[in-house]
Amino acid sequence: MAASTGKSFVGRFGVHIAVLVFVVIWTIPTLGILVSSLRDKDQIIASGWWNSFASSSQTEAGRLPAASAQTQKDGKYVIEGNVFGDGAKRAISAFGTKAAAPTQYKAGTAADLGDGVTLQVNADGSFVLASPKAFEGDRGQRVYFASSAPPKFTTANYDAVLFSEGIGRSFMNSLTVTIPATIIPILIAAFAAYALAWMRFPGRALLIAVIIGLLVVPLQMSLIPLLKLYNGVGTFFGVPSKTYLGIWLAHTGFGLPFAIYLLRSYIAGLPREIMESARIDGASDFEIFVKIVLPLSFPVLASFAIFQFLWVWNDLLVAMVFLGTAPDQIVLTAKLNALLGSRGGNWEILTTSAFITIIVPLIVFFSLQRYFVRGLLAGSVKGG
Amino acid sequence: MAAQIFSAIFVIIIGVGGCVAYFWGANKLLDLVFPSRGVSGAAAVDNLRRQGLVRPWLFVGPAMIILTIYLIYPVIETLRLSFLDRGGQNFVGLANYEWAFGDHDFRNSILNNILWLAVVPAACTFLGLIIAVLTDKIWWGTIAKSLIFLPLAISFVGASVIWKFIYEYRGEGQVQIGLLNAIIQYFGGQPQVWISLPFWNNFFLMVILIWIQTGFAMVILSSALRGIPEETLEAAVIDGANPFQIFWKIMVPQIWGTIAVVWTTITILVLKVFDIVLTMTNGQWNSQVLANLMFDWMFRGGGDFGRGATIAIIIMIAVIPIMVWNIRQANKETGGH
Repeated sequence: MAASTGKSFVGRFGVHIAVLVFVVIWTIPTLGILVSSLRDKDQIIASGWWNSFASSSQTEAGRLPAASAQTQKDGKYVIEGNVFGDGAKRAISAFGTKAAAPTQYKAGTAADLGDGVTLQVNADGSFVLASPKAFEGDRGQRVYFASSAPPKFTTANYDAVLFSEGIGRSFMNSLTVTIPATIIPILIAAFAAYALAWMRFPGRALLIAVIIGLLVVPLQMSLIPLLKLYNGVGTFFGVPSKTYLGIWLAHTGFGLPFAIYLLRSYIAGLPREIMESARIDGASDFEIFVKIVLPLSFPVLASFAIFQFLWVWNDLLVAMVFLGTAPDQIVLTAKLNALLGSRGGNWEILTTSAFITIIVPLIVFFSLQRYFVRGLLAGSVKGG
Repeated sequence: MAAQIFSAIFVIIIGVGGCVAYFWGANKLLDLVFPSRGVSGAAAVDNLRRQGLVRPWLFVGPAMIILTIYLIYPVIETLRLSFLDRGGQNFVGLANYEWAFGDHDFRNSILNNILWLAVVPAACTFLGLIIAVLTDKIWWGTIAKSLIFLPLAISFVGASVIWKFIYEYRGEGQVQIGLLNAIIQYFGGQPQVWISLPFWNNFFLMVILIWIQTGFAMVILSSALRGIPEETLEAAVIDGANPFQIFWKIMVPQIWGTIAVVWTTITILVLKVFDIVLTMTNGQWNSQVLANLMFDWMFRGGGDFGRGATIAIIIMIAVIPIMVWNIRQANKETGGH
């Protein structure tokens, strides 16, 4: 590879820039929801997340106190106070009295509202409304102002989605689905893979061909018959048709072709001498499998486990068909999909929930990337 | 919730324990029925032979049973259901297929699927290849690859939320919080509701899958590129080939097989794409695809199994050429042993 590297400085510099551009494009989207999930929910809608470290400015509306609050001062009628009734620390940059021009006057200047009435709003929110005549009416003057708030980061969104939006519960449900659905297929596939790799029996070649064929059968082909089957079993035995056991078995079935394919090609590549010397020593196939093949296959078992874990954790289709949508069964992906419908505009909830659903796969991915890549290579470079 | 955790742990133990007990027990039973130790020579040989006949089936048995129930039987049953009515009771001949080809949504889905098939595998493979070549040349290439690879771990639903946030639209003149519209507005353009623009919205959905799958293509192709013999590249350099010629005429032809594998793998994935469309548009604004349409018919109005099965069969038909190719390749490989 080094031979083809551009020799010129510009060429090498270009490569760095090009890769940097790709990396930025590929990471920015995820960064966006991570940053947003930590922002204050009012700020999320007030400014883009890329501005989250700058003060965010927003236009607010308020109403000054009514005529009853007026006092007389220097022969004028005056209403004083602070537009931030709640004492929030925001800096006002401009204000106005018409919705069409909310930032007509600079903060700290006196605006002439006509008839000798003046209004001054200062940066800290304090205002003075003065008039030569007494104020009347019980509705105060409408006032608009642009304020900027300092960046505010919070974990409140996480508290909210975990405990009141039901994401915490769904997290547990996802774990409940994923762990057994990862472990069960490994054992079943490992025995089958060993038999297909090292034992002689009629129909072996056909079985291998069938498994390779099943590798690409779309999941969609299985859904309707299995839904019918589950409903049938449910009615016949008087049990619910949507159960965790049902989805564990379904994921086992859908994961088996790949598991057997991956494990078989690895186990078939183990050195023949080891097997034969063990056989000469009088070991049965079962003993060879348990004592020699299983320990030697650890890397490929780990690869498959990571695949299956990610696949099951990230699955939406199987969960929507074989599990219910009640809080005790809905998994993270299905919950996130439901939130997209019911909380479509609440980005603080969506970004936070999305980040919670992707955090587990990301941890698994980063800590076990080596095995993941190895499995990917072994699993897809067939006939290559 | 505690009960749920407890029962999950319980089931893991039962399930795994059951598997272990089955394999160990069945094996032990076989040794008892046909003892090979402690019997006369001829009988031992005889029994060993019998053991050899039975044992493979004990090993592959559970896998075969599960594969039959969860994949083989459903394939046949789906084919049968596609000729039956909505409840799966009465034979209706080809009526479901006739319906499908006259249905607006179905035709729209087929067109969109073709569009997806034309764009996504090509884009992923092309981008993956370019990134693989570029990252091989720089010292921080591994880190770069990790980051580009990362979306592969993210669920389609999660990715949809991530991208929906990027496509978010606010009325004109308001602060755009979606990155895409903010950029457009910054350069003086009109913000748009990207996912509801007919036809073009397909591409905005495809971007999500490309974003996820490019890492996959990159990793596979990167390892194939490393397998290219150094001498061929050196010879090309000596002959005065420029980097583009080396890439197109020396490197690409040598990894053609791997490119085909990556392409077909992503093709199959595209045919099954469901989550992205469901969460982004649910097929509105002419963005429907087959897998989502099938899901829709499975549950629409109590479920129309005939039509759902028909759509599944159409997806299957598209996959069959790849399936045959895979089996042939595998046979060639095992035939070589």
